[in-house]
Amino acid sequence: MTQGFRQHLPRVFGQQNVQWFFSVVVGALLWMLLYNNLEGFASLSLQFAGIARANRFGEALYFFLYEVPKVLLLLTAVVFLMGVVHTFISAERTRALLSGRRTGVGNVMAATLGIVTPFCSCSAVPLFIGFLQAGVPLGVTFSFLISAPMINEVALALLFGMFGWKVALLYTVMGLAVAIIAGMVIGKLQMERFLEEWVQKLQERVVSAEVEGESMSLPLRIREGLHHVRDIVGKVWLYIVVGVGLGAGIHGYVPENFMASLMGKSVWWSVPVAVLIGVPMYSNAAGILPVVQALLGKGAALGTVMAFMMSVIALSAPEMIILRKVLKPRLIALFAGVVALGIMLVGFVFNLVL
Amino acid sequence: MKKVKILGSGCATCNQLVDAVKAVIAAEGINASVEKVEDIQQIMAYNVISTPALVVDERVLCKGRVPSREEIKEMLMAKPQGCCGSHGTKSSGGGSGCCC
Repeated sequence: MTQGFRQHLPRVFGQQNVQWFFSVVVGALLWMLLYNNLEGFASLSLQFAGIARANRFGEALYFFLYEVPKVLLLLTAVVFLMGVVHTFISAERTRALLSGRRTGVGNVMAATLGIVTPFCSCSAVPLFIGFLQAGVPLGVTFSFLISAPMINEVALALLFGMFGWKVALLYTVMGLAVAIIAGMVIGKLQMERFLEEWVQKLQERVVSAEVEGESMSLPLRIREGLHHVRDIVGKVWLYIVVGVGLGAGIHGYVPENFMASLMGKSVWWSVPVAVLIGVPMYSNAAGILPVVQALLGKGAALGTVMAFMMSVIALSAPEMIILRKVLKPRLIALFAGVVALGIMLVGFVFNLVL
Repeated sequence: MKKVKILGSGCATCNQLVDAVKAVIAAEGINASVEKVEDIQQIMAYNVISTPALVVDERVLCKGRVPSREEIKEMLMAKPQGCCGSHGTKSSGGGSGCCC
């Protein structure tokens, strides 16, 4: 009897599932152990090297040794979770949820789903056309296209690691607001004529938004999470190391309040300038953030820094070039203009309120 | 011969999938032709909105991610339909991962 039960148990849960589940638990425990001992690790390393924290070099080195593992650990955790979440919400499922939604509710849903739906800017064009074909309104589609790249796991993990959860949450809320409002504006302006002709023609061929249920096993979902970690962390870790290194240098050597006169609250023009500088930058977001953090410590205003970051991530030249395939220049200009304006508003509001 | 198509705009992830598929075909000695489809209108004809996508004999088997080698192997080896009834001979060795 007992033997029958023993054989039965792995069948119910699946032998593999149990194994994978335990590996995840062990991984999480190991992660927590590392994360809770970061300071000890940093000061121990300094002691071994025989460097005192008292001088500038020691302080900069300590900052580096503490900050790099912290940010990388957080990034790994967030990216893993997001990779698993992605296996539940495909672009197709999001499209089905958004199909036929009205302005307003549709924009809110699109911006929110943009956070959790897997999105790669290289599939922005098929996604854009596919949304329109399935009856997702243009403005709602734009809400998705603005929020998906802007509120991504790398940005959230870095913000959380370096500025704390409040700033990460604020960034998310403000990013959602920009995506929702910009999408509603574009929707209200009836910009459908400014799609390229071939897109307008494709749009007439209506496609059903139904999704065939692709069910994945738990080990497969976990493996997707690990794949995601390998892809994303593998891509950005070097930027983070270099960025934090630069940040550590600034942290140790640049005098306090050095940035106040350039990026401080009282300098109103710093917000638009930060947005403009951010537009041509793209993949370096991961490396720029740590530098920005150090600048913040030297008197730069949070709103200015936030606007800079949003502009780096949401308005990028490569994405514009991709979208140019489907949008006429006027619609591209409107898209960039509305989003830039929204980001500047966020920067000003932050500087006023905080 | 199987007709394998990889749909994608030519980004790094899409090339990863092409390499993986070619490697599996070479390793398993599968008789298949591989074609890369970059034209957006052709991609849209498959109703695919997240690239890269793997199409075998005009059926979209996977989209929006690069599956593991084993998964690709299963997708390439699976018989189009009704493999369980008609091809019982291979089942003794534990199966090739085709359906059921």
